[in-house]
Amino acid sequence: MDHNISKHISGNFNQELENVRNHVLAMGGLVEQQLNSALDAVNDNNAELAKKVEIGDYKVNAMEVSIDEECTRIIAKRQPAASDLRLVVAIAKTIADLERIGDEARRIAKVALESTAKDQQGLLGNIDNMGRHVSQMLHDVLDAFARMDAEAAFRVHKEDAKVDREYEALTRQIMTYMMEDPRSIPKVMDLVWSVRSLERIGDRCQNIAEYVIYFVKGKDIRHIAQDDIERDIIGK
Amino acid sequence: MITVAPEMNQPATSLQLDLENLSAEQTALEIKDLDLYYGDKQALSNISMKIPKGQVTAFIGPSGCGKSTLLRCINRMNDLVDTCRIDGQILLHNQNIYDKSVDVAALRRNVGMVFQRPNPFPKSIYENVVYGLRLQGIKDKRKLDEVVEASLRGAALWDEVKDRLHDSAFGLSGGQQQRLVIARAIAIEPEVLLLDEPTSALDPISTLVIEELINDLKNKYTVVIVTHNMQQAARVSDQTAFMYMGELIEYSDTNTLFTTPKKKKTEDYITGRYG
Repeated sequence: MDHNISKHISGNFNQELENVRNHVLAMGGLVEQQLNSALDAVNDNNAELAKKVEIGDYKVNAMEVSIDEECTRIIAKRQPAASDLRLVVAIAKTIADLERIGDEARRIAKVALESTAKDQQGLLGNIDNMGRHVSQMLHDVLDAFARMDAEAAFRVHKEDAKVDREYEALTRQIMTYMMEDPRSIPKVMDLVWSVRSLERIGDRCQNIAEYVIYFVKGKDIRHIAQDDIERDIIGK
Repeated sequence: MITVAPEMNQPATSLQLDLENLSAEQTALEIKDLDLYYGDKQALSNISMKIPKGQVTAFIGPSGCGKSTLLRCINRMNDLVDTCRIDGQILLHNQNIYDKSVDVAALRRNVGMVFQRPNPFPKSIYENVVYGLRLQGIKDKRKLDEVVEASLRGAALWDEVKDRLHDSAFGLSGGQQQRLVIARAIAIEPEVLLLDEPTSALDPISTLVIEELINDLKNKYTVVIVTHNMQQAARVSDQTAFMYMGELIEYSDTNTLFTTPKKKKTEDYITGRYG
């Protein structure tokens, strides 16, 4: 079904939906930038950039609040139905996940505020790889959101399994590292948290992919096995 | 597909029915291949649907889509239009109401109707309610009193009028008059109650009172409502039928129709789009 959000008899309603959608995309762009900056800051041990990420998070928070208000206004004034209703619900949920991704980015950036030992560089490189992977997922899911493309969203949904495997591998690597040198544990714990944050961002991207599919297909795919989703929902 | 606790997926209030395969005891009315013509113009084409018992079914659609016409078919109000011709069947208790042997007056006792504008008779509140019973020849004062109280209570009007039952019905507000008309309709205990835009002439608060009443009525009656107000259909009905240009486009449970309609025409209509 065609989900063009224009074409309402009410031009104002078109405009309101268009605006809120654009605001989500702007918020998504900012969160993506926050995540990339946090990864850069950790990689380059750049405390200044890390500070910027911390400050940028206030803006992310403010955007969530303001988009939430927009959604409430639309529900109150327009009583959206069918795909319009699903869009508003999907947006309200998407921005909650985006805000949390912003929090994770801030947490990751904090690592750059601590000095890391030289011999942890190898570890940092692997974390950066995982970070870029997750960042690409975020980029792709925002793209799927912008185009309201259920297939693209489902590809992101499947990508999360890879992130989970990277998370396990990195966790094992960090544990080995700690066992070899227990004195490093306090410092390495920060890295554990940031790897955990990256894994959570992957999950949240997966959530957003679910909302996109909910909007486009009208089906709630949470807690459904991926094979079933592919056969029963995406394939149709 | 894995579904955790399926009962949680459904709103608790209404059990979702399989509308295409309703059993005989679940069905109040069955419309079969109904065509209706006003002169040469076809107003309804090939309508088939089953209306479940004890539930609220709403007909929605743009002006001229045939929803009121279809509603009027159910108690043969269209018989009053000379140029009107009907093919197909409407089954009530497995009997076609268009059969020659059907007594139309008896049918209309069984299938009551309430119109857009409240139409109380120029009589007292009491006499309005007992009008149908008097026509049936019931004279027992106690019986009539009982029916008046029960019907007015059923129409959520008793408390407001119990001290002035013998005042003129015209002294009531629009919302009260509409509830009086509903009381009059349920006084003769029909099985089916047809409501043709019952709140379109009422203010929002009276509308909510009527909607609440509809919700109470469905325990005892099968209610079929035509409404221009989509949100009203969404609020009060268990099933919704969307009609367009004399055809039944989509008929499903209200929760599904208003969140994930299957047909594009339905989607466009309920979201307020054109083309």
